[in-house]
Amino acid sequence: MNTQSTSTPILELKNLNVHYGAIHALHGLNLKAYKGEIVTLLGSNGAGKSTTLRTISGLLHPSKGEVLFHGNPIHHLSAHEVVKLGISQAPEGRLIFPDLTVFENLEMGAFLSPDKALFKKNYEYMISLFPRLKERSKQLAGTLSGGEQQMVAMARAYMANPELLLLDEPSMGIAPILVKAIFDAIVQINKQGTTILLVEQNAFQSLKIAHRAYVLATGDIVMEGDAEKLLNNPEIQKAYLGH
Amino acid sequence: MSDQVAYFFQDLGQYLINGIAQGSIYALVALGYTMVYGIIRLINFAHGEFYMVGAFVGLFLIQAHLPFIIALPCAMLGSGLLAVTVERLVYRPIRKAGKIQALITALGVSLLLQYLGQNLLGADPRPFPDALENKTYMMGPLMISKIQLIIIVTTVILMGALRYLVMYTKIGKAMRATSYNLEAAELMGIDTNKIISFTFFVGAALAGAAGVLVGMYYNTVEPMMGMIPGLKAFVAAVLGGIGVIPGAVLGGLVLGVAENLVIGFWVSTYRDAIAFAILIIILLIRPAGLLGRNTREKV
Ligand SMILES: Nc1ncnc2c1ncn2[C@@H]1O[C@H](COP(=O)(O)OP(=O)(O)O)[C@@H](O)[C@H]1O
Ligand SMILES: [Mg+2]
Repeated sequence: MNTQSTSTPILELKNLNVHYGAIHALHGLNLKAYKGEIVTLLGSNGAGKSTTLRTISGLLHPSKGEVLFHGNPIHHLSAHEVVKLGISQAPEGRLIFPDLTVFENLEMGAFLSPDKALFKKNYEYMISLFPRLKERSKQLAGTLSGGEQQMVAMARAYMANPELLLLDEPSMGIAPILVKAIFDAIVQINKQGTTILLVEQNAFQSLKIAHRAYVLATGDIVMEGDAEKLLNNPEIQKAYLGH
Repeated sequence: MSDQVAYFFQDLGQYLINGIAQGSIYALVALGYTMVYGIIRLINFAHGEFYMVGAFVGLFLIQAHLPFIIALPCAMLGSGLLAVTVERLVYRPIRKAGKIQALITALGVSLLLQYLGQNLLGADPRPFPDALENKTYMMGPLMISKIQLIIIVTTVILMGALRYLVMYTKIGKAMRATSYNLEAAELMGIDTNKIISFTFFVGAALAGAAGVLVGMYYNTVEPMMGMIPGLKAFVAAVLGGIGVIPGAVLGGLVLGVAENLVIGFWVSTYRDAIAFAILIIILLIRPAGLLGRNTREKV
């Protein structure tokens, strides 16, 4: 990706500071994602990964610093307005709507786009990636297994037809076979042109599919670079890959 | 002996009819409590005043010789708009302030509306003009008055409409999504402030309808009229499982029927205490209410 340095990133976090009351969760974080990339944000529990995604989505607002989307500041917007711009998120813990059917969950994902043809196209694409969702489309989402719920969460986020998809620990608490299905789907979605910011603790899997990676520790980026290089970095291997 | 048995069943049937009519009113008011609680976890103690305002709007329109069928939706609109205004001006700014603060604010709004009502409209009860001729129908040995019939039919229609709204429309699904998790709903692009406003509107509109029906049923309207029914509807909502829509309906009906049975077979002095007695008994057996889920409340 040599064009990176010359083009405007689709997403840029500049000196991002976020507080929860007195708790200073992010200390001047900088991050860029370019169109077409899978960027992964790694870090252990409590590092500030979800805080970063929640700030991009507008659920939190920075005390200092900026969130730029195509170069334009968006950190003053509310969450529903950020979705309208083309950024959607499958949040940590999935947060699917348990009393709505799988299909209704996907309808909610497409809440802002009344375009029926687009809905149909995205829906068919999602059930081709996750055929289980088709079988379960009329079932209440709360009755699904954890892995299936994660598929719903991802598909629901995709139904907003985003340019940038934020995924918060999609492999958390999920059976290993389904983890593979989910990471395969991430690669597929990215190949269709959607830029992806993937937050994970599962560093090995993420680095294998990502183009670039950032490592977050207690609210600050401590390492960044090409995913392949990080995968072979002894320090990373020791800290995150269990070597 | 067999005569006594026959009388007993005749009385029972009559008290059931009265109870269902009364319970329909409680149910209509309880729905607003439960819907607002479901979406922002607020016990809106001013809800009884939305009901009172609906009764007054209905009163004025019927005094102006408008038919019931026009007065009812106008009263619903009036209550709904008041609720949206109160939400926007009072509840929204304090939404993040904490539960106790919100509760006290709601009590304040309730008192404010009561005294504002007394100030503007006078404290004296006003008779409700006869919008309908007061007919009574016989169903075998049982009597049902025209107004009871209208209460029951109106309630059934409104509840059918509410069910359709909540279960099958896009905004209804967005209401359920917001009620499950406000942030998750925002992440769908749902403007949750609008959904909360809309929920207040719908809940208050149902209370407004109940106000008109009660005005006609008891033939009296006054600014304090929301207090006791508001409390009882709150009890009905908790009884059914607060936050659960069918629970509010069931809770209202159970309460209305139980009250009428107690009044009929025993003494009327305990009428208002009975609601709370039932509440305590049911909550001891089922802490989450009749249809409530036994999950711990989200923080
Ligand atoms: N709602 C909150 N209130 C206070 N502190 C929080 C809240 N959410 C997260 N934090 C704190 O912010 C830090 C970063 O949390 P988070 O972004 O959830 O980390 P991660 O997603 O990397 O596990 C942690 O120290 C956490 O305790
Ligand atoms: Mg997290």
